[in-house]
Amino acid sequence: MVTTAANLRKGQKGIITEFPNEGFPLKLMEMGCLPGNTVELVQVAPFNDPIYINVGDSHIAIRRSLAETIVLELIED
Amino acid sequence: MATKEIKVALLGNPNTGKTSVFNALTGLNQKVGNYPGITVEKKIGFCKLGNGTTAKILDLPGTYSLNTTSLDESIAVEILLNKKGEYFPDVAIVVAEVENLKRNLLLFSQIKDLGIPTVLVINMADRMQKNGISLDVESLSKELGTKVILSSVRNNSGISEIKQSIEDIDAISTDSFLDITEVSPEYFERLKKLFPQEDPYKLWLVTTQDVNFTEIDKNQQAQVNDITTTVDLRRYQHKETVLRYKKINASLKKAYLKDPTKATSLKAKIDSVLTHKVWGYLIFFAILFLIFQVIYDWSNYPMDLIDGFFASASNWVSKTLPSGMFTNLIAEGILAGIGGIVIFIPQIAFLFLFISILEESGYMSRVVFLMDKLMRPFGLSGKSVVPLMSGTACAIPAIMASRTIENWKERLITILVIPFTTCSARLPVYLIIISIVIPEGSFMFISYQAFTLMALYILGFGVSILSAWILHKILKIKTKSFFVMEMPGYKMPQAKNVGITVLEKTKSFVFGAGKIILAISVILWFLGSYGLSEDFKNAEKNVDEKIASNGFSDFNKTFISSNIQNYELSLRDSVRTKVYHINNQDIQDSLAIKRNDLIAVAKEDELAGYKLEHSFMGQMGKAFEPLVKPLGYDWKIGIAVLASFAAREVFVGTLATIYSVGSGGEEEETIKERLAAEVHPSTQKPVFNFASGISILLFYAFAMQCMSTLAIVKRETNTWKWPMLQLAIMTGFAYLVALIAYQFLK
Repeated sequence: MVTTAANLRKGQKGIITEFPNEGFPLKLMEMGCLPGNTVELVQVAPFNDPIYINVGDSHIAIRRSLAETIVLELIED
Repeated sequence: MATKEIKVALLGNPNTGKTSVFNALTGLNQKVGNYPGITVEKKIGFCKLGNGTTAKILDLPGTYSLNTTSLDESIAVEILLNKKGEYFPDVAIVVAEVENLKRNLLLFSQIKDLGIPTVLVINMADRMQKNGISLDVESLSKELGTKVILSSVRNNSGISEIKQSIEDIDAISTDSFLDITEVSPEYFERLKKLFPQEDPYKLWLVTTQDVNFTEIDKNQQAQVNDITTTVDLRRYQHKETVLRYKKINASLKKAYLKDPTKATSLKAKIDSVLTHKVWGYLIFFAILFLIFQVIYDWSNYPMDLIDGFFASASNWVSKTLPSGMFTNLIAEGILAGIGGIVIFIPQIAFLFLFISILEESGYMSRVVFLMDKLMRPFGLSGKSVVPLMSGTACAIPAIMASRTIENWKERLITILVIPFTTCSARLPVYLIIISIVIPEGSFMFISYQAFTLMALYILGFGVSILSAWILHKILKIKTKSFFVMEMPGYKMPQAKNVGITVLEKTKSFVFGAGKIILAISVILWFLGSYGLSEDFKNAEKNVDEKIASNGFSDFNKTFISSNIQNYELSLRDSVRTKVYHINNQDIQDSLAIKRNDLIAVAKEDELAGYKLEHSFMGQMGKAFEPLVKPLGYDWKIGIAVLASFAAREVFVGTLATIYSVGSGGEEEETIKERLAAEVHPSTQKPVFNFASGISILLFYAFAMQCMSTLAIVKRETNTWKWPMLQLAIMTGFAYLVALIAYQFLK
């Protein structure tokens, strides 16, 4: 199922397929957020934002708005 | 034998323990300064190697890659690109962390491509077993084509190997890791035609980065920009990253194994508590409260010692050295001024101790995560929390810490509101005024004085948040950038790192502020000790006449009579208990002698007060008085407030200088006791009462009184517009609030 990182539930995982947003930050890619890598949602901050993901060895906090631009193929358990 | 110096650049991602490696290599043999013209901190350390060689190690700011997003990071790139530069390294040491090795190798691969001999240090090896990681150093070394060292600063392992590798730099290959032309052979073909002499990767960095230094001039750079579009450039950058990771994954495949089941379960458990919607905030506020309680309570003991020491030192100087202008300068100008700053070292050290422990442990990132959503309605970011908290130490590093905020509008607002937070320079003012005007005693374990102090901190924070919200509504700045933050693993803070940070920061605060304070103390002493007016010249005659016709001031009358009474009581007591065997006449005689002594003291005090009033300073203060009178200040406080516009911490030192001039008595008095005893000459009521005290506290809470902060804001925003607005608006607001408070409370 295709979804975005913003829609993951805690503990859910997905594989990054693409970044439709032209201006996707290079820094995030350099930290390991690359197509083909697995994203896991680790924590959600109080008030639902930002979120904290584990991707390609990095534990990174990003805001929900940026997470919406990370398109994933959901891994069903 | 001449010593040989090898220049070493220390690089690495944030949170890899790079600073621990730096500290382990250099110990206290460090110099901290700034790069010329900018406020990025420059740390250089020295380390002795074998056969007379010294390594000069430059600790560069932590960075995830050479594609820079901040000023701190671009320093690293500029130094590494400038072959002729002063800091260009003979060897680069990249510090990586064993848990995030893959990501750390990205930076390593970029640096290696610059053709600089690069050693890879994989730090925190002590965490391997717990996290189910196995690593084949030899095979990795072969794959990466360089020396790889496994280290653990905590267990003191690997450090001597690092030193050895610096000695053996000639053995390290300088082959590149990735052939950058693979990104787009066609584009790099065109680049090569323009600059046949240049290395393609360096060219590529220069084209994509906004770095100041290049060996290529601006015209040529414009040509480079002509051959491609920014959209293409960004695509190539993405592709470069993908290619680098492919090669890194291939290199790690055999050498690095991670058992996923052993991964970060403890970290996840701690995270779920520390970022919990109830516990998370409770723990955060509990920690804050603890910090204030400790700063207030624990610092008292060393502070009393320091206070006593300077009082007796000043007393000793004026008694021992031959009396004259020079002795007065030392005793009343210099020593009083230095005492006013040294006394606050304990508190500043405690504050930095806590901040550095919170940062080292990894907790600060959780605070950012917890606070981001709450800060956004005010136009701030979760990342503003750390600068605002560091603002409680000093606004200058806090404003520099705001560089981690990617969004310009959020960053600007953070910079503009930081000076409202209670910096350590306000602490001296708060502590002394609180100790005079707020009663001792406590309500359910919380002392009134500690509570007042905490209320002032909360007030500062509240006003900064409120003004951020107003700025957020007023400022029309459109920016596009993203909040990205690493959540590092939890670590036990290392005593050595914390100790060095506390020492460094306290030292720079004391010496930085100390210079200004000392200069101002000496100027004030001069202004207070000399005058040109007729009244000043005839001071002695005028005071004698005044005493002869009107007698002493009420304050001195009570001072004399109460002292005499006490003296007589104790004397008669001693006679009654047969300690002294003297008759009534003897008692009357000693009382007369005592009275004469007291009259001399009182006369000297009145003379000093009269002189001060007619000195240069007195005249300035009198001219300034109408402006501060509505706030409840006399002209002496007015002078201290005026001097504080150079730096707030001058306030106490200034008062000390002014009043030690005013106190000609033999008894030494500490600053606090002297201030508490000060009365209005006309009303005979204490100058520092509840209303004027609160008015002073509020004025200092809001006014922009720090030249260094204004200079930093100018540098960081690149215009005088913002610092000047800060100065005008904050000070105007402070005046208004202090005025209202005094008029209501008096």
